[in-house]
Amino acid sequence: MITIEDILETNRMITVNKLDVRTITMGISLRDCAHPNIRDFCRNVYDKITKSAEFLVSTGEEIEAEYGIPIINKRISVTPIAIAAEACKTDSYVPIAETLDRAAKEVGVNFIGGFSALVEKGYTPGDKTLINSIPQALASTDLVCSSINLASTKAGINMDCVREMGEVIKRTAELTRDKQALGCAKLVIFANAPGDNPFMAGAFHGVSEPDKVINVGVSGPGVVKHALEDLKGANFTEIAETIKKTAFKITRVGQLVAQEASRRLGVPFGIIDLSLAPTPAVGDSVARILEEMGLESCGAPGTTAALALLNDAVKKGGLMASSHVGGLSGAFIPVSEDEGMINAVKSGSLSIEKLEAMTCVCSVGLDMIAVSGDVSAATLSGIIADEAAIGVINNKTTAVRLIPVPGAKVGDMVEYGGLLGYCPVVPVKSQWSSEAFIARGGRIPAPVRSLTN
Amino acid sequence: MKLIVTVVGKDRVGIIASVTKILADNNVNILSINQNILDGFFNMILFAEASESKIKLTDLQQKLREQGEEIGVEIKTQHQDIFDVMHKI
Repeated sequence: MITIEDILETNRMITVNKLDVRTITMGISLRDCAHPNIRDFCRNVYDKITKSAEFLVSTGEEIEAEYGIPIINKRISVTPIAIAAEACKTDSYVPIAETLDRAAKEVGVNFIGGFSALVEKGYTPGDKTLINSIPQALASTDLVCSSINLASTKAGINMDCVREMGEVIKRTAELTRDKQALGCAKLVIFANAPGDNPFMAGAFHGVSEPDKVINVGVSGPGVVKHALEDLKGANFTEIAETIKKTAFKITRVGQLVAQEASRRLGVPFGIIDLSLAPTPAVGDSVARILEEMGLESCGAPGTTAALALLNDAVKKGGLMASSHVGGLSGAFIPVSEDEGMINAVKSGSLSIEKLEAMTCVCSVGLDMIAVSGDVSAATLSGIIADEAAIGVINNKTTAVRLIPVPGAKVGDMVEYGGLLGYCPVVPVKSQWSSEAFIARGGRIPAPVRSLTN
Repeated sequence: MKLIVTVVGKDRVGIIASVTKILADNNVNILSINQNILDGFFNMILFAEASESKIKLTDLQQKLREQGEEIGVEIKTQHQDIFDVMHKI
């Protein structure tokens, strides 16, 4: 029997600690849409998405109301367009991005991901066309998200693509300079990208996925922080146990929402992504959890250890709560989307180098970080290479989502609004050039998986 | 379908009457009620069974919410499953 305390606890988590389900993401395969004529391809894509996801938003809203749990986003991920569109005889995929945008708006989702290519070992002509189309595609659409996987533990790092993506980020920033380079907030560069990630901007529908699938991303940093507030002075064993219990409860709600969405939409359930996803709202921050463990400000020595414990305990608690776990699963540390991170950057305790160290032990990478507009493409590529190396060697997903804001200088504040948040421009060691290193190109070989010191 | 209705707000005459009338009118059976007054604030958690009811849950939620607004209390109506999954293994 449910007790009064249980009911009050659940409702407190939702109303006071901002517990929510961050996203229901429907993955849709576009492999059956292929056509040599791009117009026919676009029509097939539009029809398939709008038919498959017709009731996605209304179903999400129904579940939200019935259970009283906010479901913040309803989204769509599609087969990487470089694969789905490869048969099209065209030199630009921008019209396809515009089609995705229209379809997303028609069904009412707030993002659509999959303007993507998987190039860790090399390019096909479709991959090339896609990468060349990214800046314009992100400038001429509102809801389309793009991602590139350019490294994996099995294949190594495609350094030609690393070089190219530095330039693509710069061009995207330039084309969206009137919106403070907003296009770059919709572009993620991955190592070891998962094909079932429900979170944007990196979501795409992997090639081994079924025709359609429902993936759900949970959240709840505020709930974890609240649980730790009662543990002043407790040791780390107790901290880890409490995080596990809290993560279990959060994930069970995600599992319920995923099963209901799957049943009502008649689409198979894929995975729950066990992530602590922050928002810029006060009380919904991952950085504040780390500070609750005893760090004066996020970035202080001890931060990486605190994040490692948090990330591991969230997984351990969440795994038992869900029948299938996947995606990115871990704590997110996006700077502009986390009130505590923003504050830590402002106060000077958190640097991009410390963030890089933190990405070794958490779920993603250097995420939503605004840098000065005069940072060169080669420096951006250097950062991408470093981050990819961390992912490849540690057999984990890492990613880079940097925003070189044209005209902005270190310390300026840039604001994107909504979930994308705001942040000060972060200093980068760009006075020392990476030019000759990045110019080499080629591939960094896959690492040895034994002798792992 | 089992429902849990939570009502919180400043105490006044007739809160239980107005909530239970809406439930009765829509053929929702009350299983148990837990209610108290803390510092002048009314708190109630009501367990109900709605399997015989014809009304859509979202419509019932709206009726109760509107009634709550009228009498100055907050009324939440939720499917019991969210509490079950979180607190039972």
